[in-house]
Amino acid sequence: MSGFISILLTGLVFVIIYQIAKASEYATILRGEGKINARVNRTMALLLVLFFVLGLYGIWLCHDAMVDKMLPVSASQHGVEYDSMLLVTLTVTGIVFFITQTLLFWFAYRYQSTEKRTSFFFPHNNKLELIWTTVPAIAMAVLVAIGLRNWGKMTGAAPKDATVVEVVGKQFNWIVRYPGKDGVLGKRDFRKINDANNVLGLDWDDKDNKDDIIAQNGELHLVVNKPVSILIGSRDVIHDVGLPHFRMKMDAVPGIVTTMWFTPTITTAKMKEITGNKDFVYEISCDQMCGKGHYSMRGTIIVETQEEYDAWMAKQQAYYAANNAPAAAPAAEGTTAPEQKTDSVKAITMK
Amino acid sequence: MSDVIIQGTNVAHTHDAHGGHHGHEHHEQHFITKYIFSQDHKVIAKQFLITGIIWAIIGALMSVFFRLQLGFPNETFPIMEKFLGEWAKGGKLNPEFYYALVTMHGTILVFFVLTAGLSGTFANLLIPLQIGARDMASPFMNMLSYWFFFLSSIIMFVSLFIQTGPASGGWTTYPPLSALKEASLGSGLGMDLWLVSMALFVVSSLLGGLNYISTILNMRTKGMTMTRMPLTIWALLFTAILGVLSFPVLFSGFVLLIFDRNFGTSFYLSEIFIGGKALPHVGGSAILYQHLFWFLGHPEVYIIMLPGMGMASEVLSNHSRKPIFGYSAMIISMIGITVLAFVVWAHHMFVTGMSPFLGSIFVLLTLLIAVPSAVKVFNWLTTIWKGNIRFTVPMMFAIGFVSLFISGGLTGLFLGNSALDIHLHDTYFVIAHFHIVMGVSAFFGMFAGIYHWFPKMFGRFMNNTLGYIHFFITLAGAYLIFWPMHYEGIAGMPRRYYDYSAWESFKQFESLNSFISIAAVLVFFAQLIFVVNFFVSIFRGRKMTTQNPWGSPTLEWTTPINPGHGNWEGDIPEVHRWPYDYKDDGNGNDFISQTTPLKPGEEAH
Ligand code: HEM
Ligand SMILES: [Cu+2]
Ligand SMILES: [Cu+2]
Repeated sequence: MSGFISILLTGLVFVIIYQIAKASEYATILRGEGKINARVNRTMALLLVLFFVLGLYGIWLCHDAMVDKMLPVSASQHGVEYDSMLLVTLTVTGIVFFITQTLLFWFAYRYQSTEKRTSFFFPHNNKLELIWTTVPAIAMAVLVAIGLRNWGKMTGAAPKDATVVEVVGKQFNWIVRYPGKDGVLGKRDFRKINDANNVLGLDWDDKDNKDDIIAQNGELHLVVNKPVSILIGSRDVIHDVGLPHFRMKMDAVPGIVTTMWFTPTITTAKMKEITGNKDFVYEISCDQMCGKGHYSMRGTIIVETQEEYDAWMAKQQAYYAANNAPAAAPAAEGTTAPEQKTDSVKAITMK
Repeated sequence: MSDVIIQGTNVAHTHDAHGGHHGHEHHEQHFITKYIFSQDHKVIAKQFLITGIIWAIIGALMSVFFRLQLGFPNETFPIMEKFLGEWAKGGKLNPEFYYALVTMHGTILVFFVLTAGLSGTFANLLIPLQIGARDMASPFMNMLSYWFFFLSSIIMFVSLFIQTGPASGGWTTYPPLSALKEASLGSGLGMDLWLVSMALFVVSSLLGGLNYISTILNMRTKGMTMTRMPLTIWALLFTAILGVLSFPVLFSGFVLLIFDRNFGTSFYLSEIFIGGKALPHVGGSAILYQHLFWFLGHPEVYIIMLPGMGMASEVLSNHSRKPIFGYSAMIISMIGITVLAFVVWAHHMFVTGMSPFLGSIFVLLTLLIAVPSAVKVFNWLTTIWKGNIRFTVPMMFAIGFVSLFISGGLTGLFLGNSALDIHLHDTYFVIAHFHIVMGVSAFFGMFAGIYHWFPKMFGRFMNNTLGYIHFFITLAGAYLIFWPMHYEGIAGMPRRYYDYSAWESFKQFESLNSFISIAAVLVFFAQLIFVVNFFVSIFRGRKMTTQNPWGSPTLEWTTPINPGHGNWEGDIPEVHRWPYDYKDDGNGNDFISQTTPLKPGEEAH
């Protein structure tokens, strides 16, 4: 019923608008079929300027309301450079925006048709055209230069001492794998995947896999101020590891391994203080459309101090041990790990 | 409507190029051949336009539905259930269908409205009329072009009603998501229909494009040298060239996808575990599809943009009573855009794992394409400078076009610079960018064209007052909707999300999202003002009483008020000067028609 009434009302509004429009149209015809009515012309010129002024005010209002919600504090080293580059680009484009829009609306108003005015026949001017080809070209060159310098830095090789972790996407969550004690991620094979006891398809013939730790809750632990190199993969469709606070993003593509690296600079605890939000958490958002659960494909990142990290790591159990230990037959290589302290402790005790 | 009969002999002696022209009916046409299977380019233009308008309404309505979800994730809208049935049980959109709606919205607006509806309408209407030809090079192919589009439309429309729903992998339909039925409901039959429909669409677009190019190159009337063509024709020429060269690549991409989906090939598939089992495919590359897609995808954005640019140039100049500034610079920058458009596609793929070095090259080329775009803007500004501006409805839209093109073009500089794109990619910043620059701005170009050439199409005017209302609500609304999205994007808020409330990083925009949705609904209703105005004016609009209401030097206004098939009664006109001679003709007019011979001693502009 309410639907019917609203449709009726909408219809009515349209009829009224149409009637008004028709009336004014007749009035125009009666007044004489001039090219365009002088009064209408003035009104429109004025309205355009009014729109422009209100628009600028609106931009200011919007900016005022949104500026704090916009760019989160950057929590990585290159994020700081990112922010300054963003600012430069914003400034350059902001100036161009303001000048060109002002000219557009000002010219429109200033040169509105009047009885007396005739237009100025001005088909071209090589000098002007040369100027406004070269000036944008130079501006672009500057932006490209800044951009490529930063791009080179952030996509360059990761530092040697970077920690390695793997993040794998699947519909619709993230799986994190740490290399364990040996610091090496073992081989995986998608044919060996089994949701019950081998979510990443680790190859148990590869001894590097035996100590690897897998977190299926999509929680990634990182050490503050220590570079991390992330290997990214996908089990099914394309996903994307989006890290807004670290200003980083990389697709997770089935069949290939992609990488990213960065250095987190602010711990989660510190970030809670900075943002004044006790629920603050770094999030991994899936940024590539991956199906109906795309919007809920969320991971988290905990940035902590080395001690906190070690303490947490000590509590983790190797995925192999947790899932295969009882049946793990030829344990020849696996058992010979004398000074296992952290990750493999449980593996040993279970044997 | 006078159904003028044109004698072949009139054609023959005018110009060689028209010697072979034919197809003028010598008898009263039947309704079907006249309005349905018509080969008259003007009728085909109207068919494209009206089909486009219908699609635009459907596509926009979809955006209303998903904007309601985004703006009010915790509310229910029973009215949605009326429209969408079980897809919106209890008035709440289901996520699967949310994605289907988004996908269809994108596909419909990009391809069916802003490609077919825009180029199809104005290339058909304007090319023969403005170059002085009686019809297209092949009116029959031209008719086929429309009917392939129609067939494609029907299939896409049908896909909306099948049980598993239409395609839902985004308008870019990246595999493996789009290739595997297990990956999503929409990747079932819906996706097959989508691919078939799009393949037919490509056929339609090629048939049209080849025709536009050969018509422009071969069928110009006497004296209509290339450099005397209005910029609309130049723009439509480059649009057609872009389409003809890039649509086949898209087509090949689709064919491979069809193979992967149905015949067990592995072009795009490798090492996939889905639906509880490992698939046999190895060795394919999911990224290959993206290269093929964007090889069309980027030119496509200019396919959408160029007709608007051409029409805005024409309208700005005409209603400022002043020649377009930098005619040759405009053409050169369009050449630049056309060439560069083919070598920037990978700027959509900076974060796919592509080599960073390759990325750098695409950064360079991408920012290079901004230069010709900037030149065009400055030329438009100078065109209205010291003009004698009449704020007719088309002029308003042309001014809005320039404003929006500036706003949206500038954000391209952020996205084209890979070091910035790495954070902004696939966020609302991208949504804001392309909606402003190609969504709304192209629509403004189209509206400028419709309001300007409506009298030529239907012999009547559209209602001005409604036009002004439509203009202001749409312009203000477009900025209200899309401007704030930049802020969301800079915060990293991803696009194509159904609900943000579980995200600590993005939930601060809840009220902003509601605001945007309200604006979107209002703008939708404002478009209905246009629709009503359009259809009512066809039958009831103020009648045209003079041949050349806008005082335009170009040829289309030398035809009778209601031109029949063949366009000109008697000889086709001969052209003596360029199309922007807005100067005193000595008889109290402020323009000189292209058909007026140069005065003794007068130089060509
Ligand atoms: C100044 C020139 C321009 C530059 C430098 C530029 C740059 C870009 C870049 C780099 C992207 C990819 C962003 C991303 O996905 O992360 C993009 C997206 C897009 N641009 Fe532009 N652009 C420009 C002008 C245009 C124009 C004129 C149009 C339309 C006619 C347009 C339409 C689009 C569309 C539709 C997308 C989104 C595609 C998608 O991912 O769905 N752009 N632009
Ligand atoms: Cu995902
Ligand atoms: Cu592009």
